[in-house]
Amino acid sequence: MDVNIDKYLRQDKLPHIWCPGCGHGTVLGSFVRAFDQSGLDQDKTVVISGIGCSGRASGYLNFDTLHVTHGRALTFATGVKMANPELNVIVMTGDGDGAAIGGNHLIHSSRRNIDITVVLFNNNIYGMTGGQFSPMTPTGDTATTSPYGNIDQNFDLCELAKSSGATFVGRGASYQPRKMIKLMKEGLLHKGFAFVETLTQCPVNYGKRNKIGGARDMLKWQDENLVPAKKYEKMDPAEREGLISTGILHQVVKEEYTDKYKNVINTVMAGESNE
Amino acid sequence: MSKSITLLLQGDEAVVEGGMAAGADFFAGYPITPASEIAEGFAEQLPEKGGKFIQMEDEIAGMGCIVGASLAGAKAITATSGPGFSLKQENLGFAIMVEAPCVVVNVQRVGPSTGLPTSPSQGDIMQAKWGTHGDHPIIALSPSSVSETFDLTVTAFNLAEKYRIPVILLLDEIVGHMREKITIPPADELEIVNRKKPKPEDNDNFYPYEETEDLIPPMPDYGTGFKYHSTGLFHDKTGFPRGKTEDARKLMDRLMGKINNNLDDIIHLEEDLNGDEDVVVLAYGSTVRSAISAVNQVREDGVKAGWVKLKTIWPFADDYVRELAEKVDRIIVPELNMGQLIGEVKRVAAGKAEVTGINRYDGTLITPADVVAEIKGAL
Ligand SMILES: Cc1ncc(C[n+]2csc(CCOP(=O)(O)OP(=O)(O)O)c2C)c(N)n1
Ligand code: SF4
Repeated sequence: MDVNIDKYLRQDKLPHIWCPGCGHGTVLGSFVRAFDQSGLDQDKTVVISGIGCSGRASGYLNFDTLHVTHGRALTFATGVKMANPELNVIVMTGDGDGAAIGGNHLIHSSRRNIDITVVLFNNNIYGMTGGQFSPMTPTGDTATTSPYGNIDQNFDLCELAKSSGATFVGRGASYQPRKMIKLMKEGLLHKGFAFVETLTQCPVNYGKRNKIGGARDMLKWQDENLVPAKKYEKMDPAEREGLISTGILHQVVKEEYTDKYKNVINTVMAGESNE
Repeated sequence: MSKSITLLLQGDEAVVEGGMAAGADFFAGYPITPASEIAEGFAEQLPEKGGKFIQMEDEIAGMGCIVGASLAGAKAITATSGPGFSLKQENLGFAIMVEAPCVVVNVQRVGPSTGLPTSPSQGDIMQAKWGTHGDHPIIALSPSSVSETFDLTVTAFNLAEKYRIPVILLLDEIVGHMREKITIPPADELEIVNRKKPKPEDNDNFYPYEETEDLIPPMPDYGTGFKYHSTGLFHDKTGFPRGKTEDARKLMDRLMGKINNNLDDIIHLEEDLNGDEDVVVLAYGSTVRSAISAVNQVREDGVKAGWVKLKTIWPFADDYVRELAEKVDRIIVPELNMGQLIGEVKRVAAGKAEVTGINRYDGTLITPADVVAEIKGAL
């Protein structure tokens, strides 16, 4: 039952630039299906992306789209959403873009609980610049800038977003597009800051260098290591070692930022007229 | 009918009054001395008119935020000082590239680095022009009094909206913190410019970065159905990246052209000249005040002196200064830096007049006596 996703894509901009076997296309494909299912108004939606292979996603999408500076997509998105809270605002970002240079904006946007949906493409590496390590490259892995093995510790981005105040947090993976579509749809419909991490394979700059192999092997790796959140919660810490939980990891209801500011405006304006 | 009101205000507060009068409905920024009063003023006044204020996590975020707000249809402003202005530069360049109207206030303090936080400086003249990477057009204005700060804030918004460009308002700490009487004109006496927007029926044939006759393409608000793309990459009229030589040149020429074709509208200055001057003091910002005072003093002694006040710093008033250099013997440029704008004056004067500077970069002001001494030494 494939839906009509054509209208959400700029057909004249395809085919995309992503390498054969790259997981970014699966994430984008999942997003348009999720958007279709969400029932949101295409004309009232703005997609903002940063710089990186992931950042190119906005150009393929048929919305008002903005391709900004490296790491700063959330700052522009905050301006768009604050200026016009009627708009649906979506940010597409990479693990370098969103967690390194843009890490500060990620925690502060989470803290504000502003109604923006973030889709973070986590391929564990800097793809576009040719394979330098990112804050999501596992310790010990090699990258062009960690030829002797990465000594940095990587983040759990979902934990980071949750502890910073995001009210919707989930993780999907390119091996499980159906689950990812469902997750993204929930994220889009959530009122408040929704953070969706997607695991996407970069066979060119990560898989081969770290002996995981090509795209097929990387998806197989996902198959062997992904665990649904409910199951993960019931496991002993020792059993969890190396496994990754997927699905909705956290969802709470909390007042949204632009709504709070609307209250400020209403209170101030009412005060004025009472004078 | 609204009436004019008279207030005792700081320059920073006049930015807020000017912004509100110009129709500003969005502020995003991060506090820094000596510009914090601007954020504080907008935080108080914007919600009274249904506008939005947001304090961001840093200056980079403040700049990104106002560009996003501008694309969503807001008249947006941010304010900062030296270190924060440095942080804004990459996103400022982005705003130039996607042609997002906005106003960036820099109440200059002494640098480099954290420098002298509460002391006046005019040290960011070159940063305003060249702070972001690459060639690009920019407009920068500089007021010399509280009242002029109000006027130039309105002008900054009008130029930003008209030419789809970020406009930088360069105060120095003296103007930012000094209190003066100012008369705010009634709203209906102010000329307010709003950006050109495409009509809904233009949607079918819409190119967001089209080379229109005036080189300034109409700009739709997000959410009005145009579904267009903007990027910091070089792009063609469709808004999509185009790295081809011909397209890159065309875009750059259009961006420069939309400003260079309208210099008469953009360049504002004032002069007090009799046409027979031996010496002219050319100044901007708070330094103008010492220049005027000094010229009035030496005129009493019979010295043929005059003054010129630049309100527009960038684009530089090339034609005006060239003609001036042909008429006078000497131009004096007092600046609270080691000599930034004087380079432009010398470039344009091209040896036709002698050009000398008075420079202070230690956080104190240039006094009328300093200028008098320089004028007299010059004769
Ligand atoms: C200010 C700035 N610093 C560095 C770069 C170079 N740069 C471009 S993309 C990128 C990394 C992108 O990695 P990621 O966000 O993980 O996306 P991916 O390409 O892997 O999808 C870097 C460092 C830049 N464009 N701007
Ligand atoms: S470099 Fe990696 S992330 Fe970028 S397109 Fe190629 S496979 Fe995908």
